[in-house]
Amino acid sequence: MTAKINIKNVNLFYTQFQALKKVNLDIEKNEITAFIGPSGCGKSTLLKSLNRMNDLIEGCRIEGEILLDGQNIYGKIDVNALRKRVGMVFQKPNPFPMSIYENVAYGPKTHGIRSKVKLDEIVETSLKNAAIWDELKDRLKKNALSLSGGQQQRLCVARALAVEPEVLLMDEPTSALDPISTAKIEDLVLELKKKYTIVIVTHNMQQATRISDKTAFFLLGEMIEFNETETLFSIPKDKRTEDYITGRFG
Amino acid sequence: MEGVFLGAALFSIFAVILICVFLFAGGLPAIGKIGVFSFLFGTEWSPTDEPASFGIFPMILGSLYVTAGAILIGVSIGVLTAVFMASFCPPRLHKILKPAIDILAGIPSVVYGFFGLVVLVPFVRVYLGGSGSGILTASVLLGIMILPTIIGVAESALRAVPSSYYEGALALGATHERSIFFVVLPAATSGVMAGVVLGIGRAIGETMAVILVAGNQARIPNGILNGARTLTSNIVLEMGYAADLHREALIGTGVVLFVFILIINLSFSYMKRVKR
Repeated sequence: MTAKINIKNVNLFYTQFQALKKVNLDIEKNEITAFIGPSGCGKSTLLKSLNRMNDLIEGCRIEGEILLDGQNIYGKIDVNALRKRVGMVFQKPNPFPMSIYENVAYGPKTHGIRSKVKLDEIVETSLKNAAIWDELKDRLKKNALSLSGGQQQRLCVARALAVEPEVLLMDEPTSALDPISTAKIEDLVLELKKKYTIVIVTHNMQQATRISDKTAFFLLGEMIEFNETETLFSIPKDKRTEDYITGRFG
Repeated sequence: MEGVFLGAALFSIFAVILICVFLFAGGLPAIGKIGVFSFLFGTEWSPTDEPASFGIFPMILGSLYVTAGAILIGVSIGVLTAVFMASFCPPRLHKILKPAIDILAGIPSVVYGFFGLVVLVPFVRVYLGGSGSGILTASVLLGIMILPTIIGVAESALRAVPSSYYEGALALGATHERSIFFVVLPAATSGVMAGVVLGIGRAIGETMAVILVAGNQARIPNGILNGARTLTSNIVLEMGYAADLHREALIGTGVVLFVFILIINLSFSYMKRVKR
């Protein structure tokens, strides 16, 4: 099986500071890959480099290659088209301050869909896929900011799904949510992996064990260990991984 | 000691109340004598004729037209400038642009008027015809004058939009421009509108610059190249020699202006409240 994303020898610098050191990693299609590690280990940085959101950070420089279906995303590509293929859900729910409908329709409109019928259909499907249609179908015209945090986050997932991405990046998507909302998001993620390739950054190791197929452990910019989630958590090869997952630091 | 602070605070309230009392005491009787309807909607302003006629409708229209024109020019250029400054401008250019706009805000209005008289009026006369003084010229000049207000308020409103909105839009594959115009700018709407309302307030109250370029004919304006007189101009032009009912009618004009400003300020604070 060829991987959806190949990360090859990636070094990443913020001006002088090296945030990622020689990272090599393959992300398989229709799997959930989790990135874990203590704060500042580079896991979010790596996630953001997968859809080039790092471009926004001044002084950010990257070496090596990241291949999406064999094509280097740091080569000559259309970044906006890349971000359509590789969607993202942020740590803090960030729905736009407009109606629920407009939030979901924004992406498809951006990519040229004008037909009201088609947009209605996309909004419904996306909300259904994000498991929030039943809660919201009667108030699509309501402002998205009036929703609870958990609903906002699932709305953001729906918004990301509406542009039909291939990969979904999730940056600690439940860290701002209560346990019930977290459980809903986790169920949703498990459901979504049938259609999408998912990469999730998480602070929560239980979450990684609950939902991910593979886990990568990062420390100080290095990828220490990458394996099947079960293996990594039961028989870690590296002493540092073991120390981290048993709670000796981090 | 506290009393000093309280006194200082009361001073401005006292001033407002005093102005209100003066305005209404001086203006309302005249409006009553002339008749509310014939004062507000009378189209004839000939205070020195026998019998005199005190209809300020031409001036109300004059103020509305000139202000509307100023808003059209000031808002379109101002909001686009604010968008540029907040989201497109390289920092080095911003260092020049920002102070330049601040200077624009500090120029005395009579200097604006002089500039209009020497530059805009001849320009309009040569290229568009007419005398050069009129609604169009006054609108352009006022449009320039309210730019700093609109730009300043709109830019800070745009900068106050959380970057997560912008990032969220980019992450969906939207371009920088699309993210700014369809997510960030709408998110800043209430702030931008606040700037627009402040601009309207400034435009409707402006006197000196308008007098110099608007033509000042006290009749219903017909056409944007023709002259018009605003409420403020009406007061300044005639107060020097007015007496009796004429003088009171001018104060009555001030009452109408005051009510306009009141409406604008109320809608401003209403908008600020809606924002929350």
